[in-house]
Amino acid sequence: MKKEIPLLIVFVSGLFMAVQFFVPHSTSEKIYEFVMEWTIIIGIFALALGIWSLIRVSVNRIRRRTPNWQYSIVILAGMFGMVIFGLSFLGGVRSYMFRHFFDYVMIPLHATMFSLLAFFIASAAFRAFRARTALATVLLLSALILMLRFNPYLGPLGDQDAALAAWILNVPNLAAKRAIIIGIGLGIVATALKVILGIERGYMGSD
Amino acid sequence: MNIFERISRLDRRWIYLILAAVVVITVMLKYETPIRISPEVRSVYDFVEAQPPGSYIHMAIDYDPGSLAEMHPMTYAIMEQALCRKLKIIMTALSPNGPGMAEQAMLDIMDSVKMHCGREVVYGKDIVFLGYKPYPGIVILSMGQNYRLSFPSDYYNTPLDSIDMMKGIANYGDVNGIILITGTSGVDYWISYANGRYNAPLAVGLTGVMAADYYPYLRSGQIFGLMGGMLGAAEYEKLVKRPGRAMEAMRVQVWTHIVIILFIIIGNIGYLISRRKGEVK
Repeated sequence: MKKEIPLLIVFVSGLFMAVQFFVPHSTSEKIYEFVMEWTIIIGIFALALGIWSLIRVSVNRIRRRTPNWQYSIVILAGMFGMVIFGLSFLGGVRSYMFRHFFDYVMIPLHATMFSLLAFFIASAAFRAFRARTALATVLLLSALILMLRFNPYLGPLGDQDAALAAWILNVPNLAAKRAIIIGIGLGIVATALKVILGIERGYMGSD
Repeated sequence: MNIFERISRLDRRWIYLILAAVVVITVMLKYETPIRISPEVRSVYDFVEAQPPGSYIHMAIDYDPGSLAEMHPMTYAIMEQALCRKLKIIMTALSPNGPGMAEQAMLDIMDSVKMHCGREVVYGKDIVFLGYKPYPGIVILSMGQNYRLSFPSDYYNTPLDSIDMMKGIANYGDVNGIILITGTSGVDYWISYANGRYNAPLAVGLTGVMAADYYPYLRSGQIFGLMGGMLGAAEYEKLVKRPGRAMEAMRVQVWTHIVIILFIIIGNIGYLISRRKGEVK
């Protein structure tokens, strides 16, 4: 029974949601809304689990003095600090501290990390974009055409480059992406069917 | 070893230094970079222009501070245009740090609309911010049924039913379109659920690296417009005739791209010379 009941729940829920999509009746919509509320509640529990897991891992790192354990203190201080500053009786999300920590700590940190990517990408492009084979040359030329498409200093060549870049995006890129998307879609349907029919049981833990 | 071969083996720190120098110099220079308008950006602009005053649009601000440089200019340009045209905006933020981005944009835009269009934007009458809820797929689906399922109250804990502009607004069917500005893969949920399931007209603003992945949806009509990265934002700023941060940043981006292209070309010349000499295969 430990296995049969979860399998039955998954089978009935999966089948119902698949059929419901094609039934535009108000009762079907009501049930769908009800299930949606359940999903949101389950989602909140998962979030709580994530927070608990983060606290446990960080506390363990501090207790055991693992390498760079000091960063775990920063993680915990940041998390609890923002929660405390965001409490409604301290002004909530409009409080001075909450907004200032977000605007002057969080935003610059994120922006800095993302900005550094530009340098790594430049270095990687310099080393990796080599015309070693015919396919690599095609990739290299496509990248150059796309990078040059918004260069305003190419004169009349710029319009031709923009047209060529649009063709690359709308024809070869589109064909390749559609093939990938359709492949992924079919894969999702196959996996969903395997879960509904009880063939795939990974969600139940080790079998 | 000739100059090309030497450059092709250049230490990465030199690349960083040259790139940093180009960024700093072009930031300091002040001139306007000419911008061409692409049809996919113009269609977003035309959509906002075509809406009658008083109609609703949904702005989904699903990006984090990391992609702020590309995303904020799009948000500002579109929302200023919409509010100057007296459209009503429902805002959501479905990425963890999105609420901070959305609120910052909303407060700034309320000020700038007053300054540029002479219009006082009133929270709750012209604009409402519903806030953040985790699990974007679930939230996007539930908003298709009713905004109140995921957001019984707004970001400031005011019940939705007591907010003027939300009275009589149930779901995507009551808004004329959704404009999603995002730097996350959550865009797939919006396309699959908001457009696919609920037929909501959807346009997207994406980071530069994401843009190429979403052209198939543009061609299939699942999205009616696409703004890609800094260029997309700059095109929009040009369309609304309000040059801002994106048009300024294009100056930097154009020149850094030129430098990277030069590096790639020189690197390849060095590589080909080395291959001819038989030093590499």
